[in-house]
Amino acid sequence: MSKIKQKKHSTFIDMTAMSDVTVLLLTFFMSTATFLPKEPIQVTSPGSVMEIKIPDAFITTILIRPDGKAYVNFDRPNDRRAILNKIGKDYNITFSKDQTNAFLNQPSIGVPINNTTFPKFLDLSLTEQDEYLKTHGLATDSADNQLKTWLTTAINVAREDGEEYAKKYNIAIKADRGTPYDNVAPVISTLQDLHLNRFNLITTLEQMPNLLATN
Amino acid sequence: MAEVNTGSEEPKKGKPQKRTLRVDFTPMVDMNMLLITFFMFCTTLSKPQMMNLVVPAKDKNIEIKDPPKIDKERTVTVILGADNKCYYYIGDPNYADWQSLHETDYSPAGLRALLVEKNVKAVREIVDLRNKQARNEIPDSTFKKQSAEVKDAKDAWNVMIKPTSGATFNNLVAVLDEMQICAIGRYAIIDMTDGDNFLVKNYQEKGALSQQAGLAPK
Repeated sequence: MSKIKQKKHSTFIDMTAMSDVTVLLLTFFMSTATFLPKEPIQVTSPGSVMEIKIPDAFITTILIRPDGKAYVNFDRPNDRRAILNKIGKDYNITFSKDQTNAFLNQPSIGVPINNTTFPKFLDLSLTEQDEYLKTHGLATDSADNQLKTWLTTAINVAREDGEEYAKKYNIAIKADRGTPYDNVAPVISTLQDLHLNRFNLITTLEQMPNLLATN
Repeated sequence: MAEVNTGSEEPKKGKPQKRTLRVDFTPMVDMNMLLITFFMFCTTLSKPQMMNLVVPAKDKNIEIKDPPKIDKERTVTVILGADNKCYYYIGDPNYADWQSLHETDYSPAGLRALLVEKNVKAVREIVDLRNKQARNEIPDSTFKKQSAEVKDAKDAWNVMIKPTSGATFNNLVAVLDEMQICAIGRYAIIDMTDGDNFLVKNYQEKGALSQQAGLAPK
C-alpha cells in the first residue's frame, strides 16, 4: 500500500487586488466627504419630520447661543474674501495678509465689525480665536444689532455682483432645543428687516407618525 | 511582511541569485477598510435636515389689496406657554369665560390629536397621497401640487401660533412640525397681544381676572 501523498499548499493569499479595490473606495469616500464646520458651541437641534436635506453650497448659517448671542457663517471662502474687502473699504481698515488668511480660516463670525476689536481678533492664533468665540458672539437686539451689520454687508456684496442675496443663498437658523423663543425672535425679526423672508430651521430627522392608525 | 524566497539549491558561484519577492498586503487592506468605514460615517451622519419657514414681510409700504379671508370657525390659536405647556382656543377669544381656553401639550395625544380630529378630511387625503407616492403611483410633482391643493382647500383648518417668552425653540419647531404632520397649510407665527396674555393669566387663576373686570357672569 502506498501512502497518498498530500500536496503541501501555501496559505499565502495575494492581497494586492483587494488592496487596489480598497484604495479606490477610500479615494472615492475621501473626495465626497464633507466635514462639519467647526462651531464655537455645540447645540442639539430639535426633531422634525421634514426630510429636506441641507444644500451643499450657498448656505448662510446663523447659530444662536442659548443666551441670545449669535454667530454667522458664510460657507464660501470667495464670499468671505469679498466681504472682508468690502469691510476694508467701508470702514477704512487695511487688513494684512495674515489677517485675511485668519478670516478665511475661521468659519464662525462672532465679532462685530469695527476698527478696534475686529482686527485685533484676527491677529490671535486660531485656537485663541476659538476660545474667544466661546464667550463672545454677535448681539442681535435692536439697540446694537451686530448680526444685521454683517448680513447687510453680505447683501451689499451680493448686490454689487448683480445677485439677489435671498435668491442665491439659503439661510439656516441653528439653535438648541432649550433656547428660549425670546432669543430666537430677534434673529427672525432681523431677517425680516433685511427682506430675507424665507429661511430654514435646522432640525434632525424624526419618523413620520402613522396618523390614522392612532385614531 | 515581505517574504524573500531564495531557491532551495545552493547558490552557484558567478550566477545571479534568483529571488521572488512577495509583499503581504493584509495589514494594508485592514487599515484601508478602517479608513473607509470612518469616511462613510462622516458622509452619512454629517447632513442635518432643515425645515423651511416663510415669514411675512415687515415692509409697511406694501399694501395688501386682497387680504386672505380666514374662516374664524376653522381657526385654532395655539399659545405656546412656559414649561412645555400650550394653550389653545378655537375661533374668537372669549375673555369672559376662562374655560374657553384649553390646556394641552406637545405629545401625540395633545395638540396632534386635536388638530388631526379637526382637520381629519385633509389629513386623510394627504395620507392617501403619501401612500400613493410611496408606492410610486404618482410622481413627486403631482404629489406636491395635489397636497398643496388639499392644504389650501376652503374647509381646511388654519392655525395661529403665538409663542410667549416662556416658550423654547424646541416648542416652536414642535408646533411647526405638527403643521406638517396634521396637513395644515395656512399657519402663521404671530406675536402675543395683551388679550392673549390676559387669557393665559385668567386661565391660570381660574377666572379670577375676568371676575375682577366684571366680565364673567355670576
